Amino acid sequence: METSTILNYLLFVPLAGALLLMVFPSANKNAIRYFGLFTSLVTFIISLLVYYSFDSGVYGFDKFQFEFKYSWISDLSISYYVGVDGLSLILVLLTTFLTPLTLLSTWNSIQIKVKEFTFFMLVLEMGMIGVFISLDLFLFYVFWEAMLIPMYFIIGIWGGERRIYASVKFFIYTMFGSLLMLVAIIWLAVYASSSTGYFTTNLLELYKVSPALGLDIQTYLFFAFALSFAIKVPLFPLHTWLPDAHVEAPTAGSVILAGVLLKMGTYGLVRFCLPLFPQASVEYAGWISLLAVIGVIYGALVAMVQKDMKKLVAYSSVSHLGFVVLGIFAFTPEGMQGAIIQMINHGLSTGALFLLVGFIYERTHTRQIADYGGIAAVVPVYSAVMLIVALSSIGLPGLNGFIGEFLILIGAFKSPVLSNWMYAIVAASGVIFAAVYLLWMYQRIFFGPVKKLELRGLTDMNGKELFIMVTLIIFIVWIGVYPTTFLQMTDKYSSALVNSILSVNGIIIR
Amino acid sequence: MTFTVHDLISLSPVLLIGVGILATLIIEMLVKESEKILGWFTFVLLLSVAYLSLILLDHTALVFEDKFLTGGRVNIFFFLFSFGAAVVSLLSMEYIKKAGIHFGEYYIMLLSSVLGMMLISGATDFIMIFIGLEQMSVCFYVLAGFNRRNERSLEAALKYFLLGSFATGFLVFGLGLIYGAVGSLSITEIVIGYETLKTSPLFLTGTLLFIIGFSFKIAAVPFHMWVPDVYQGAPTSVTALMSTTGKAAAFSALIIIFSPIIQAAYPSFFTPVISVLAVLSMLYGSIVAISQNDLKRMLAYSSIAHAGYMLIGLAAWNEKGVSGVIFYLVAYTFMNLAAFGLISLIEKRDLRGTEFSDYKGLGFKQPVLAGLMALTMFALSGIPPFAGFFGKYYVFLSAIEAGMTWLAIVGVISSVISVYFYLRLIVVMYFDNSDEIVMVTPSTSAMLGIMISVLLIIIMGVAPGSIINLINSTF
Repeated sequence: METSTILNYLLFVPLAGALLLMVFPSANKNAIRYFGLFTSLVTFIISLLVYYSFDSGVYGFDKFQFEFKYSWISDLSISYYVGVDGLSLILVLLTTFLTPLTLLSTWNSIQIKVKEFTFFMLVLEMGMIGVFISLDLFLFYVFWEAMLIPMYFIIGIWGGERRIYASVKFFIYTMFGSLLMLVAIIWLAVYASSSTGYFTTNLLELYKVSPALGLDIQTYLFFAFALSFAIKVPLFPLHTWLPDAHVEAPTAGSVILAGVLLKMGTYGLVRFCLPLFPQASVEYAGWISLLAVIGVIYGALVAMVQKDMKKLVAYSSVSHLGFVVLGIFAFTPEGMQGAIIQMINHGLSTGALFLLVGFIYERTHTRQIADYGGIAAVVPVYSAVMLIVALSSIGLPGLNGFIGEFLILIGAFKSPVLSNWMYAIVAASGVIFAAVYLLWMYQRIFFGPVKKLELRGLTDMNGKELFIMVTLIIFIVWIGVYPTTFLQMTDKYSSALVNSILSVNGIIIR
Repeated sequence: MTFTVHDLISLSPVLLIGVGILATLIIEMLVKESEKILGWFTFVLLLSVAYLSLILLDHTALVFEDKFLTGGRVNIFFFLFSFGAAVVSLLSMEYIKKAGIHFGEYYIMLLSSVLGMMLISGATDFIMIFIGLEQMSVCFYVLAGFNRRNERSLEAALKYFLLGSFATGFLVFGLGLIYGAVGSLSITEIVIGYETLKTSPLFLTGTLLFIIGFSFKIAAVPFHMWVPDVYQGAPTSVTALMSTTGKAAAFSALIIIFSPIIQAAYPSFFTPVISVLAVLSMLYGSIVAISQNDLKRMLAYSSIAHAGYMLIGLAAWNEKGVSGVIFYLVAYTFMNLAAFGLISLIEKRDLRGTEFSDYKGLGFKQPVLAGLMALTMFALSGIPPFAGFFGKYYVFLSAIEAGMTWLAIVGVISSVISVYFYLRLIVVMYFDNSDEIVMVTPSTSAMLGIMISVLLIIIMGVAPGSIINLINSTF
């Protein structure tokens, strides 16, 4: 095994930055902001370095690069074991890309307790990166849980009026799922010790052992894992924490929540549930896909009737993530590829939408759609940017959303496991609903006569805001026009994973 | 009875503390205003005892006519008791001054209780366990009522004394039955005769009564009734001592009684008993803690729940279970010491100020104290990367290895419930605002004690390997 220490830097630079922040005087807000931004940019550069030396030609779902292993708790053979493959790397890049942008966006909106905020953001970044690069289930669990703490504080301290309710609900909801997963992790490791001869939580070794489990045991473990991930995704009907958390969280919290945290759920499904329990995954693919499709439609319908912009975007997440889950459980390379790229798309588009809602909220202090109207003429740049982002979220060809949804739908149509076109057909209608709720919102906010006098005084986007948006839109267009750059990262991975699961189940690909 | 030099060396932690108690007595008598120096004297004494216990880890010896064992696991307990008590003495110095109970006797009682705990954990004879338990408990009764002008403190002492004596009754009765069955109270005798004993109703009933007696001390449901009132009423530094090392001592006794049993396969007779105790304690403790408004009371219920988690390790009763319980005890000791230490700082002169509402907005008025408190609460609720998480992981692991996954699942459910009330404190501290000004000037000694505890919480969460190694090396 080749070892590389670069991932350690990726993981510990944010932590070191957060700890160094402690010595800053709280009053010097700008120094704190600059330092936070600097740290996250360094992290981003490190992740780019990883990307440039990454070899996307490696075939296999259990082949990792830049591995680093260090025996952590030797008596229980738990190691600090990290590594990346295409799937991890693309999500790590999303994380390290969104974090500096988010920090930049809070320059004016976060004025109280700036030091604490930056500290929690950097710790959160470390936790998110840790989740994506852990190759030991114990280590993964530590990051998965530890990450709740900064997010909890971000919602609770800088959130809206009902922040206490939202943050506690978020915490307990996710904790419930994760603790059952912990039991499943231990169970799996204990089981594995009977065939390997020693207790281990090493993911790669468990990959080899666990598919041999009987279907009944696999089912229990699968659901213990899947519950935890489904809460995070969130899969209908486990989504109820999401609107509360999103609405009450500060803009930066919403962006990270939608952009990265939700992806951890789908990442978990792909990384753990599928390869560890291939039979159970296929056995229950129909049911999970059904929930995913219900989520697509339900999320869209509920989004349609929202009066609050942020809530609308929050419910649209439920709908979009339903697509991702459908793509994953289609068990086709296209579906998997679509799911992965859709994770990125959702991170970019929804992140951008939350930022845009945040920008205007800072000016007017209202998120009610009814309070707006006809502001297209007042803030032309803002409305143009909003239109691009909304269209990308809807899935207009040429922008990123289209690529992901199209691949997922192809995957669902061709799926040898679902073998029912209904999933794809119903899910496709979700795209139409997306157009309805987003364009309708757009129309009510931007078109028509200017509704209120004070709206005339709105200022358009400033340079910093425009910079953030342009950066995001570059990637939105890039993925839409030339997705190969991103798809090729996970191309080999997706087909290897799907093939292996199908062959374990004895399904021949049409 | 012959004493070799080796025996003397092995016994030195116990001897040192005995000599220390005598020295404290003399200092108390002869020196004016002795309470000023006794605090630091106690601290240094306990620290040296802790150090001695660690370096004598390999010095196994059977002394006092084979009634007392030192070395190995026993020394780990020695270390836990003396180090925990050392931290308590740090926390006490300013606190007892504030509470107006600044007397030298406080430290004498504290040291004597530690001696009692040591006698329990090293016992190889039931009589020794009994003597140690009484020594510890009597000191606790006195300490609980140490604030003799405070009604609640007196109530706590009386309640603790009455219920504690009741529990001792069970214990003595159990010992009587065991003696009747075995003809001896020596653990070795029991091991020898275990094959015939394990079906003897007399022996089993005796052991059951013994377990009940100690369930009082570890605060397991349904023998927990005294806990909330005593924890709340006793001076906070005393609660810190009782809830941590006191509980650890009782657990060490349970580990001893089960030790012979492990050698001849655990009888199915006690597994359900311990499991039921564990389940009841976890769920009852977590659920009732939700409705508490007083922090000390909330921690009392949380301590009941934690007893439940530790009982999982005993119910599983495999190697991981025992070392899991010991690890958990160490983690729990320092988590509770930190929590009670912080409470004792924020507590007001009239011993009020332990309610949740007293912590409103503390997060930004006292950022250091609140930060430490928040960290401790996360640790207690079992969130990684802190010590509490690893303790839970360890006992759940032992349960699953023993094929008792359901017990781990109950533990998990109870953990989720308990998150609510631990988070509640953080909500109050950080998400609530209040204009009330909290004037806390933490003393150096108390801060030192809290810092030591918090540092250990972090170390045991981030790098538990070395401590597990240490515990496992004693098997």
